[in-house]
Amino acid sequence: MTSRLHTLAIAASAFLGLAGTTLADWTQFRGPTGNGYVPGNENLPTKLNEESIAWKVPLPGRGLSSAIIVGDRVFVTAASGPEQKQLHVLAFDADSGEVLWQRNFWATGRTMCHKKTCVAAPTPASDGERIFALWSSNDLICLDLDGNLLWMRGLTLDYPNASNSLGMSSSPVVAEGTLIAQIENDSESFAAGFDVETGSNRWKIDRPKAANWTSPVVMKNGEQSIVALQSSKGILGVLPATGSEIFQFTKGASTIPSSAADGDTLYVPSNGLTAIRPVEDGGEPDELWNESAQRPGTASPLIIGDRVYILNNAGVLNAANQETGERLWRIRLKGPFSGSPVAAANQHLYLFNEQGIGQCVDLSGDGEAQIVSEIELGETILSTASISDDALYVRSDGHLWKFAAD
Amino acid sequence: MTNPRLLLLPALLSAAVFFAAPPFGSSAPTEDFEQALSTIKAVGPEGQGNTEAAAAWRTLSTSDASAILPLLGAMETSGPLTQNWLRSAIEVIVERELANDAALPEAELGSFLFDVRQSPQARRLAFDLLSRIDGETAGRLVPGFLNDPATELRRDAVQLLIDQGNSLLASEDKSAAILVYRQALNAARDVDQVELIAGQLREKLEQEVDLPRHFGFLMHWKVIGPFDNTGREGFAATFPPESEINLSSTYPGKEGEEISWQPHVSTDPSGKVDLNQPFGPLKEVTAYAFTEYEASQAGPAELRLGCKNAWKIWFNGKLLFGRDEYHRGQRIDQYKLPVQLEKGTNTILLKLCQNEQEETWTTEWEFKLRICDATGTAILAPDRPPTPRPAEPTRRGRPSTDQ
Repeated sequence: MTSRLHTLAIAASAFLGLAGTTLADWTQFRGPTGNGYVPGNENLPTKLNEESIAWKVPLPGRGLSSAIIVGDRVFVTAASGPEQKQLHVLAFDADSGEVLWQRNFWATGRTMCHKKTCVAAPTPASDGERIFALWSSNDLICLDLDGNLLWMRGLTLDYPNASNSLGMSSSPVVAEGTLIAQIENDSESFAAGFDVETGSNRWKIDRPKAANWTSPVVMKNGEQSIVALQSSKGILGVLPATGSEIFQFTKGASTIPSSAADGDTLYVPSNGLTAIRPVEDGGEPDELWNESAQRPGTASPLIIGDRVYILNNAGVLNAANQETGERLWRIRLKGPFSGSPVAAANQHLYLFNEQGIGQCVDLSGDGEAQIVSEIELGETILSTASISDDALYVRSDGHLWKFAAD
Repeated sequence: MTNPRLLLLPALLSAAVFFAAPPFGSSAPTEDFEQALSTIKAVGPEGQGNTEAAAAWRTLSTSDASAILPLLGAMETSGPLTQNWLRSAIEVIVERELANDAALPEAELGSFLFDVRQSPQARRLAFDLLSRIDGETAGRLVPGFLNDPATELRRDAVQLLIDQGNSLLASEDKSAAILVYRQALNAARDVDQVELIAGQLREKLEQEVDLPRHFGFLMHWKVIGPFDNTGREGFAATFPPESEINLSSTYPGKEGEEISWQPHVSTDPSGKVDLNQPFGPLKEVTAYAFTEYEASQAGPAELRLGCKNAWKIWFNGKLLFGRDEYHRGQRIDQYKLPVQLEKGTNTILLKLCQNEQEETWTTEWEFKLRICDATGTAILAPDRPPTPRPAEPTRRGRPSTDQ
């Protein structure tokens, strides 16, 4: 790792309060900062084709969850069997695709969900030392990187009405030694912070009684980390370790695409897209701009440098000025999309549509972006890709692929 | 009531003889092992005991193959969280032993598999381990699981019959296909398999299938409504049927009108009780459905409910559970509620709230309820009437009102 990258790695880890992670790690849904972008990875393949497939391995069950990568290991969750009651966590060797270990569990909560989604919808998270795997059944399981079981929670056993008959998909995040999860639904709706070492509750707060598929996002307010909890009501910013309220944005927000953070600014799918920034004395945050035309579809926004990228339900990718929300250009991609776009410092954006067509978009020019390569994987893909160590990973219900340049 | 797992004990004991073998390995469980097992079995709600369990898991998972059977056996007296701790410990042991070319206790696993007193999930795990050791032999055992009390095992045997039926159907041997599908249906307990077989019989072979009877759906009810549910307040409100069951009483309804109990019989071939039939397509309303169930003997059972409206359920006057979710989905056996049947008459009261949503997919105001054992086998009341059928059209094209 170059010294510059090493510095960036330390900065990224410090941002998240994660001692064991490095820049190369993709530790949660939409990457280490939860906005789809990871620095480095300049040698990611831009020609997605058969030659760029480093390996393809079978998975034991369905999943919308993304792979996460810690060091040289790739971790994936899945669910299988009648009513998807079999839960799986797998660790692969990033170089070879070899299965290093697999752990299997029985779901302890309800597994009913809409046929398009599945029980393994939430992406796991890692603090660099542990893997935190959550399923729609509310099973929350912590393993170390070698597959040793550290703790387990059956949240439906503890909170019997906490479920959504359509399925849940919110992915947890880690900050300041706390795993934060949104278990939000029409009935027993809550968010909680769990001690990463023991799995016990550090805090638990009631949340709006409404179905919600968005994921928490960690943002900054000066030196302070804040977890943004999104719902139809808006955004509640809380301290990771205590759940104490820092701010509320009350103008409503989507319940499907999640927000994206860039430092102290949060880009919220609210009345299109709204940029907000917490104020020092708490209360309603500053609204920096709102663009009603920049309406994310299922995909969450992506932030790279001074731009924010929004993919709408028509499969149109919009680039907007991060400071003003002004649209810079838009291009139509081959949709529809359930996953979100991801990108790295090679100035290319990657995403896969529901038909399994992977698309690489060159963002490096001053003008409109170009699709520079496509690959048809031949399987339904509803997940978001992951990036680590100059490689791209994506999973279907049946397989996990790694793409890398020679 | 007889434990359903014991019903097949004699038949399976003979098979178990083939697997009778001296205990695997020579090492008896150590004190550390027993202590670790106790620690893991002590995990409690909200993460209690996790730290201690993690240390205990290390002890268990680093044991040799002789630990596999004790760990499988411990599942019978363990809760779902503990079962997962034990399962992963077993699987780690197995992976390590196989990687080291060590022998696994095949004979003991076989004996365990055939012991229907053990945890169904543990028996399935034993079968999966046997399959890894000797897949061919394990495959030969599958047909014998057709009436196994563990649905986890029975499912595979049913699937074999489904596959046979499909082959017979493809070769136009319809008579044989019907028989094989019927046998599969009699044994099937998993809803997806039952529906698949019923679909083949009904649609491909023009056979009648009495699904309400197969599942044990309750079709005869007394219903009363509408009470109010404006602003979804009715779910928490206490209307008169929650305080008294007097089927001859009248009460003020949502608009102040007098409402009274009325009979309602479902004729739905899939067992659905549709409240839009007696009350019309109302919104922001609450209704109650009441029935009596005659049990031939006391014992454990499950009420299994499918419902996409907010609901509460009382069994013999005791509130079992309630859920205020609307229109997120519905399926058979969506909720499984353990109860203790009393010999003789048992009462069931359901509260069903319809909300304010106007979308076409929010018109349903309905439920499916059945009584079965833990395996999903219907427990039919001795006085269960024949399954009601939809009214036949008359010569004038209007349905008969006879029922």
